[in-house]
Amino acid sequence: MIEDLDGNAIGGMLLEVFGAEMTAAIGTCGNCGTTGPVAGLAVYLRGPGTVVRCPVCNFVLMVFVRQHEVTCVDLMGLAALG
Amino acid sequence: MAGTAVRGRLTWQDATVGVVKDETPEVRTISLDVPQWEGHRAGQHLDVRLTADDGYRAERSYSIASAPGEQVAITVERLPDGEVSPYLTEELRPGDDLELRGPIGGWFVWEPADGGPLLLLAGGSGIVPLRAILRYRERTGSTVPVRLLYSSRSWPDVIYRDELEQPAAGVEVIHTLTRLQPPGWTGYARRVDAQMLAEVVWPEDQAPLAYVCGPTSFVETVATGLVGLGYPAQRVKTERFGATGGTR
Amino acid sequence: MSHVSRGFHGRRRAAPEGRVPPGQYVTEDFPVLSAGPTPHTPLSNWTFSIQGGSEPKSWTWDEFRALPTEDITTDIHCVTRWSKLDTMWQGVSVDTLLDLVEHDAAYALAFSDGGYTTNLPVEDLTGGRAWVAFNYDGDSLPAEHGGPARLLVPHLYFWKSAKWVRGLRLMDTDEPGFWETYGYHMYGDPWREQRYAGD
Repeated sequence: MIEDLDGNAIGGMLLEVFGAEMTAAIGTCGNCGTTGPVAGLAVYLRGPGTVVRCPVCNFVLMVFVRQHEVTCVDLMGLAALG
Repeated sequence: MAGTAVRGRLTWQDATVGVVKDETPEVRTISLDVPQWEGHRAGQHLDVRLTADDGYRAERSYSIASAPGEQVAITVERLPDGEVSPYLTEELRPGDDLELRGPIGGWFVWEPADGGPLLLLAGGSGIVPLRAILRYRERTGSTVPVRLLYSSRSWPDVIYRDELEQPAAGVEVIHTLTRLQPPGWTGYARRVDAQMLAEVVWPEDQAPLAYVCGPTSFVETVATGLVGLGYPAQRVKTERFGATGGTR
Repeated sequence: MSHVSRGFHGRRRAAPEGRVPPGQYVTEDFPVLSAGPTPHTPLSNWTFSIQGGSEPKSWTWDEFRALPTEDITTDIHCVTRWSKLDTMWQGVSVDTLLDLVEHDAAYALAFSDGGYTTNLPVEDLTGGRAWVAFNYDGDSLPAEHGGPARLLVPHLYFWKSAKWVRGLRLMDTDEPGFWETYGYHMYGDPWREQRYAGD
């Protein structure tokens, strides 16, 4: 089955990409406005990239793709992160 | 030093495997000597990276089983079709090197200043970070009352069994054995459900803090049940392990 | 200094010479990879549609399953580096579907339940190189692997074989789908190792 993990599972990658602990950061979904810690977001790992979605409306909030040793990040789905 | 952020090193570092201890037939605790370890918080995890001689790599995350101040240790469940867990639980030997990074995590952590009463809910190997919390509570002399509800398949599958048989003062441990119970068992004998939660949890008006950890289906059932019993969502911290038994 | 973990091999298998594209390893598992939750569309609601031709064309599940089918045995290659050899499928050739649509499009965007999309040249969807597959290894395709039906385009990286596929939108120009938007290659030929844009 597809394992719905949560933002805790990408703590290491977030630390690597942002240089800071991010699982306690509060995110706001750009689609439905739900706010909550990154630790509570729905995470899909092991695909071509890591997809982080709103646990309420499934909107894509963050996408991480590792290309040749560099991690590219797209945060367009987030209305806010802090 | 409540709330002080411990900066995890971003880089991979080499640790040396110390003693290993089989907790159950499927579960092993691995103590690690990490020369550049800067400390950790109860509930955090670390990432492990294995490299084969042709450069093939695999990474997994494991919750830290020890309290801040104790030697770093992880507890790993061997998964039947796992790629990393069979290596860690069967091949890895004292004296071997293990590449890791961490500690990682700032949400699913507990400090004594966070208070309580604490409600800890563990499904299977989800007990690992909660055990770190319990050990830290004891090390700091915290008197915050704790109830631990721990779901396992059977008594031989209970991790840290002896330790949990002798909990510290103020800690109440409630087991549920979902598949097989020993003769004479009078405890819960089913998967956690709303009825069981209602019987076990601290009343919501005591402003309890809940930590739920285990397979995704366990976490979702329990978190939904707690919110249904009036626990505010921000007082329920969750960490989902995949069906693989760890985060990833 | 490069760290090697004593005694660690992973779960890879040796690959027959020339069978596996560069940078891939062979597995006997069938890893489940996803960009989102598994959809569960009841068959009574399921349709496959082709848009962008002279007229839209659509099949219900029963109509789709009444079409001629083929048995396919093929190797599949995921951009995450695993390859699985001799996988067995049953499906309807995309040629069968596109033959019933009048169009002059050069490209198509496959779209799926849950919002996933991926783009392909029409040329790569025809000539016996692509199917809408509903059976895997002799059984109905499980939901976590894309059931009730997924696109199957084995000559390209497997992200092009869209799970939970519901149709094709024919286009004149090539437009990036989900992973292509996030930096993956527009075409995705595993033999030329076209993983990322610019490869």
